[in-house]
Amino acid sequence: MAVHTNLLKWLLALSVVITLCLPGNSFAQLTTNQVQDWLHSPAATSHVGNLTGHAPDAQYQYRRYCVGCHGELGDGNGENAMWMEPPLLQKPRNFQLGIFKCRSTPTGTLPTDQDLFDTIGRGMDRSNMPSWNTLSKQERADLVALVKHFSPRFQSEKPGTPIQIPPEPEITDDRIKAGQAVFQKVECWKCHGAQGMANGPSASTLTDDLGRTIAPFNFTDGSRPKCGTTDQDLYRIFMTGLDGTPMPSFSDNIKPEEAWDLVFYLRSLMSQPSVEKQMAKKMGLKPVNPSSGP
Amino acid sequence: MRMWAQSHLCQKPRRESTLLAAAFAFVFLILSVSPANAIPAFARKYGLRCSACHESWPMLNYFGQKFKDNGYQLMNDRDAPIWQNPGYWPITFRITPIWHRVSTNRVQVDQYDSSGSIIGTGGTAEAKITTSGFDLSGLDFHTGGTLEKNFSFYVLPSSDPTASFHFETVMARLDNIGNSPWLNVKLGKFELDNLLSEKRILTLTGEGGIYQLYHFIPAGDNNIYGQMGDNQLGVEVLGHSANDRTRYSVALLSSNDGSVELPYGEESYSTFITGSQAFDAGRLGVERLGFYVMAGEAPTAFLTNGGAPIAGSGTQNKGYSREGFVGQFYFGPHFDTTVVTQHGEDSAWFGQGYGDPIDFPGSNNNIPGVSALPAGSRNPTWNGVLIEPHLVVSPQMILIGRYETIRMSQQSTPGTASNLGNITTYTTGVRYNPFMTSRAGWAYHAEYNWWHQDGTSPVTGNNLTSSELLLGFDFDF
Repeated sequence: MAVHTNLLKWLLALSVVITLCLPGNSFAQLTTNQVQDWLHSPAATSHVGNLTGHAPDAQYQYRRYCVGCHGELGDGNGENAMWMEPPLLQKPRNFQLGIFKCRSTPTGTLPTDQDLFDTIGRGMDRSNMPSWNTLSKQERADLVALVKHFSPRFQSEKPGTPIQIPPEPEITDDRIKAGQAVFQKVECWKCHGAQGMANGPSASTLTDDLGRTIAPFNFTDGSRPKCGTTDQDLYRIFMTGLDGTPMPSFSDNIKPEEAWDLVFYLRSLMSQPSVEKQMAKKMGLKPVNPSSGP
Repeated sequence: MRMWAQSHLCQKPRRESTLLAAAFAFVFLILSVSPANAIPAFARKYGLRCSACHESWPMLNYFGQKFKDNGYQLMNDRDAPIWQNPGYWPITFRITPIWHRVSTNRVQVDQYDSSGSIIGTGGTAEAKITTSGFDLSGLDFHTGGTLEKNFSFYVLPSSDPTASFHFETVMARLDNIGNSPWLNVKLGKFELDNLLSEKRILTLTGEGGIYQLYHFIPAGDNNIYGQMGDNQLGVEVLGHSANDRTRYSVALLSSNDGSVELPYGEESYSTFITGSQAFDAGRLGVERLGFYVMAGEAPTAFLTNGGAPIAGSGTQNKGYSREGFVGQFYFGPHFDTTVVTQHGEDSAWFGQGYGDPIDFPGSNNNIPGVSALPAGSRNPTWNGVLIEPHLVVSPQMILIGRYETIRMSQQSTPGTASNLGNITTYTTGVRYNPFMTSRAGWAYHAEYNWWHQDGTSPVTGNNLTSSELLLGFDFDF
């Protein structure tokens, strides 16, 4: 009887220990040890122009600038993350997943070092990720290496090959109209709305890959696109997609010439002054009619 | 936050006090080893740790400087209060309970004869005085931020240690006019655009808690208007590149040293102009070089009533200037040094004691047609340099050093000792933040300052020396 009692006690104690440990094990995808091991791996370097970044050199700056949101393990669970509520503010990026919105590479692939470098320098509009362009280029290159070392994907995968962006053609009335037709055809309006006001029929239903509410981009409220404001950036956004969000890549649906047409039309929707906006106004271009179908 | 009277009460450090100080500092460090993982107060608005903006609170780093230059905005299209929780109110208070020992080698004291009567009219001798004890700083209430995108403000009611309040800063700003970071306008009472900010100084002692260079007035001079460390009333146009590498500012100021209610000149104005350029220096970090010029005119003549000068009646403006270079040099993430130089010049009228009879009754008043400068009077001029290195052990711990020296190059009165009024001061300190959030800040602070001025002791004209040891808890919430 005493043996059984002791055995029961041990089993009880064991079950308590296992129960206590389970939440921690299932929550943390990577351990401190794993992350530490990868700090000196080949993937924990970056190459941006003639700069080479090293993850260990960025630890101090990461602690100073980044850890409050992105967390010690780069899992996006810094102490401030709980105060960021989608859709008003997106949660910090979980670097461990290796999924990034702003890329020059095809959807589903890893970004280049330059992509990550540009994101750190540009910041993410409508989020608490500011532009870190006050840091030196070397410091940013080091941070790129540190960001990469958090994800197992960078340990085993290479970045995708950047998409080719043909030279920007001349802006014409016809091209803006053609862009509107593309906007209609690929049903951008379903999320972004017929006038680009982020009020399409699907807008309120959108969630990101982690199930968090997410809002489509409003072209009309003066916001800047998250992944850059140049025409090339706009082209890149819808040809590579914003991975992790409902914004897909349209590279299989839109030809390069059509992509430029779409860029011109999107410019005409944006509140910022532009040639395209003036031309569309002069033409009397009306918003797309969702009921007319693609 | 200028916190306590700049007394010069002194005597040599006692052994017991030194041991107590050492024990105090040691206990601080032992008890405070905890991670910086609290929830930052800035999270209320931006979700950034305060180390993001502060090299060590309250001193700004480059990112914090850009944030400030942008009008306290991250420029993320979510800066306007309409995007914040309605309960959010950007207010912070700061106060510092301390223990300090202050000493001065020559304080004016009475002498007594054998009958117990004071010899002379008082203050005929000098004595060394040292005092120590527990004390308080003043109290600052900081509130600032955005009223709407590109409309920002800052209001700072500040008290001395006896809770006598004044407005240290009251400023409203139009930011990014025309969507350009190159054009911003600030109106009110504000800190001049000093790259090395005295309002964000890391040291707290009476003499070490200010930059001597920013307040220097030659011995016998009565120009209070050129103190670039004091917040001033005026309008400032400032601008910067998107990454803040290039900065400029031009301010038009009333020549009144930030005093309200137009107490001095009828029409006297000054200007403060700065410019700087930062350079990417690879692994060293970002280095910045800049300049500043403060130049203006201030009154020397006041109408009187019964012999008392009348506020606001000042005329007979005379000129003054301070100009210099600023360098911020980083040697990797852990070590940096800031250097500020200054060449200063006052009109001979100021040098001969004219300038501010309002605050210094009995001082010279330049009565037109009556007053005249002593023969041979010259513009007092001087040169100075300030070197402040920092060893940033971690975002939570910083070691501070400072050396300042100011040397007169020309005295106003010929024949005056060439070194009269020269200042030399050393300050060293350590600040350790046991936690680091933007909701609240706490620093264990230990500091020592030694200050020396040639020939200005009150009775004998010998050299004046003071020292101060300070230990305290510097906190804000």
